[in-house]
Amino acid sequence: MTEPPLPLEGIRIVDFGWVFAAPIGTRTLADMGAEVIKIETRRHLDEMRLSPSNTSRDIEKDPVFHDLNRNKLSVSIDFTQSEGAELVKRLVEVSDVVVENFSPGVLDRRGLGWDVLSGVKPDLVMVALSAAGQTGPLHRIRTYGPSISALSGLDSLVGYPGERVLGSQGFYPDMVGAIHGVVAILAALWHRDQTGEGQYVDLSQWEATVGMLGEAILDYTMNGVVRGTQGNRDPGMSPHGNYPCLGDDAWVAIAVATEAEWNGFTAAIGAPAWTREPWAADRLERVRHADRVDVHVAEWTAERTPDEAAELLQRHGVPAGPSLHVGERYFHPHFLERNFHVDFDHPATGTDIVGGIAWRLDGTPGQLRRPAPLLGQHNGEVLGGLLGLSPDEIADLERREIVF
Amino acid sequence: MTDAMSPPGALAGLVVVELAETPAAAYAGKLLSDLGADVVKVEPPDGDPLRALGPFPGGVPHPERSGMFLYLNAGKRGVTLSTDASAGHELLHGLLEQADILLTDLALDRLDPLGLVAGELTRRHARLIGVAISTFGHEGPCADWHGADIVAAAMGGMNDTVGEPGRAPLVLPGYQSSMQAGAHAAGAALTALFGRRLTSAGQYVDISEADIWASFNQPGRAHIFVHEGRVRRRGGHRTMGVYPYTVLPVRDGYISMIAGRGTQWKAFMELVGDGEQPEWYTSEPRFRDRLEISRLYADEMDELLAPWLESHGKEEIFAAAQERAIPFAPVYTTEEVAEHPHLRDREYFVEIEHPAAGTHRYPGAPYKLSASPAAVRSPAPLLGEHNDEIWCGRLGVDAADLATMRREGVL
Repeated sequence: MTEPPLPLEGIRIVDFGWVFAAPIGTRTLADMGAEVIKIETRRHLDEMRLSPSNTSRDIEKDPVFHDLNRNKLSVSIDFTQSEGAELVKRLVEVSDVVVENFSPGVLDRRGLGWDVLSGVKPDLVMVALSAAGQTGPLHRIRTYGPSISALSGLDSLVGYPGERVLGSQGFYPDMVGAIHGVVAILAALWHRDQTGEGQYVDLSQWEATVGMLGEAILDYTMNGVVRGTQGNRDPGMSPHGNYPCLGDDAWVAIAVATEAEWNGFTAAIGAPAWTREPWAADRLERVRHADRVDVHVAEWTAERTPDEAAELLQRHGVPAGPSLHVGERYFHPHFLERNFHVDFDHPATGTDIVGGIAWRLDGTPGQLRRPAPLLGQHNGEVLGGLLGLSPDEIADLERREIVF
Repeated sequence: MTDAMSPPGALAGLVVVELAETPAAAYAGKLLSDLGADVVKVEPPDGDPLRALGPFPGGVPHPERSGMFLYLNAGKRGVTLSTDASAGHELLHGLLEQADILLTDLALDRLDPLGLVAGELTRRHARLIGVAISTFGHEGPCADWHGADIVAAAMGGMNDTVGEPGRAPLVLPGYQSSMQAGAHAAGAALTALFGRRLTSAGQYVDISEADIWASFNQPGRAHIFVHEGRVRRRGGHRTMGVYPYTVLPVRDGYISMIAGRGTQWKAFMELVGDGEQPEWYTSEPRFRDRLEISRLYADEMDELLAPWLESHGKEEIFAAAQERAIPFAPVYTTEEVAEHPHLRDREYFVEIEHPAAGTHRYPGAPYKLSASPAAVRSPAPLLGEHNDEIWCGRLGVDAADLATMRREGVL
């Protein structure tokens, strides 16, 4: 049998993505076989080469960078110089897609905006991921992922019911922006293949994150209801939550939606008297009395480990599972058997452990085929092989720090 | 308003069949539909369980007025079908024979008898892309487990990172496991379609919500564990690392404060000190190192900042911070989001008129495609609204047979 092709083989992406949002998206595309050429330069280093997780402070040893940029090529072009920008244009001419997540206007100022690049490559697909989009009164705002959780309304919902806002404390909007970017790139490429027409895509991470909050947003637009902190409450399920278990800071997640699940739940916990109380009689009553339900559920879970509780409940048809912390996740049979964390050789660190590929395509699966690149590792391959520059020309560009 | 006149979307011509009972496959279908694909939603005769999900206008449950159903299914056509009956089984496969993509989030034990599992589906429909979303995936020790949104987030390690130390971990609200996996399913479906271009063959895609969380959730935490053996768990209103990475109360709500760069923090301290860094800050050598502040003095620092924060409003702080390139942001309520002038200026929200639910505003597409814009082309289907059009028009069932099937409860 010959190896199946990678599904995105033959698609070449010029990737200006840096930090987080765009690199996560282009990581997925690279895993699926796209040839992703990362444009980076020592003059304005991708901050992820020196993330807080990089205790070595060596730009070639950042574990987060290595995870986000595996399968990509690196070309070090200083496109803030006009000769560098010209090189980028030549690369765009032989590529399919340009991805960027700079602040709006940055590429325009370097002569590498959509107006110019679509002239260089008429059927180009160009996707700009930004915090707030390329237009509108706040399009220039500075943000990190957590700032967008705040702007989107997500943070206002995160906290224990009736208590202060805690916020989601993470980079969720980057993940949301990235995957919507992937969808937009593929859709625009599909359109190009059908019609020959390229296009520009303006993606707002803020908007993408708001779109994930339909339930809470619609309660306002339909009913004028402004929801506060939600805790683990669900409007249609009870029991629903992360319940305390035997062990240090150990928890099990349980969700009971249907009558069948409720019957399974009561059978699993030995049908104690409280399950027959009028306030536990049906789903709506239980949701209304979720506080009371939770107290009783917690009494039961507290005598079991998360795995014991989850396995027993699952045997009775109840959705449940241990709440794993990052360390437990590495050793849980689910992730071990699905080969989720992969050891990977890297020239600077020896070994990296990177996240596996979450999409399991059975015909043309993705592949981890090369570690994250050293800065400029593929200058020869791309500038020489692809653009036809001679070794002397490349050496000259390096000497003058245009390739840098 | 829905935009029936909008130009064809990027995915015009693609035919998608959706079998959903959680927001996951419905959101995947919505993304493809807004981008122009022709999405046919197949519901059981008593309706997609999503029709029971609120919010409902006026808070009154009604299967044609479920906010989540209306939001996630606008633009699609809807048919009903009982897949229990063999006639229903055949109609479903007839529909799939004409489709490019099947999106589903039904549990494995429901897909199996319908012939919608890996191997069998592709044998039957050689060019079809089948994408199945589930909590745990179709392989592995938990493949037969019963799934739920909060369980996926628990197993994927997400819940552990949200909430106060020692107290219950919190799930992100609004079915984020489903929504996130749905967006991934849309991406994976298109990727498999590009694969088909190379092989001329369809294939099956297994998407686990727990895996999606594990693969994308907080790389920093994962790497700190792998490389230093440290487990960083939830930190309440702050994240450990470099101070500030926190949400703090202000006069009229909360502000999200994060400052990755030293210059941003210095600029903020000058804002607090009205041009100069405050004396209480500069006189304390303990406060020089922001890693140390985060580790040892975060509570103290929160308290020292409180008088300034609580005497300013969030918009005022936002504006002053942004002027100084400090990436702080106000914690907006859903009302402030829905009424925000920036989002209005970008025409983000769309108004959809629905015959049973009335006219409401919904979140729109997060991207503007210059040549083939995304659009909501019709409201969500009423239950069985397109039965005649699809079953008779597309599959050639004659009207008398359709009436019989309706009587026998197949539709």
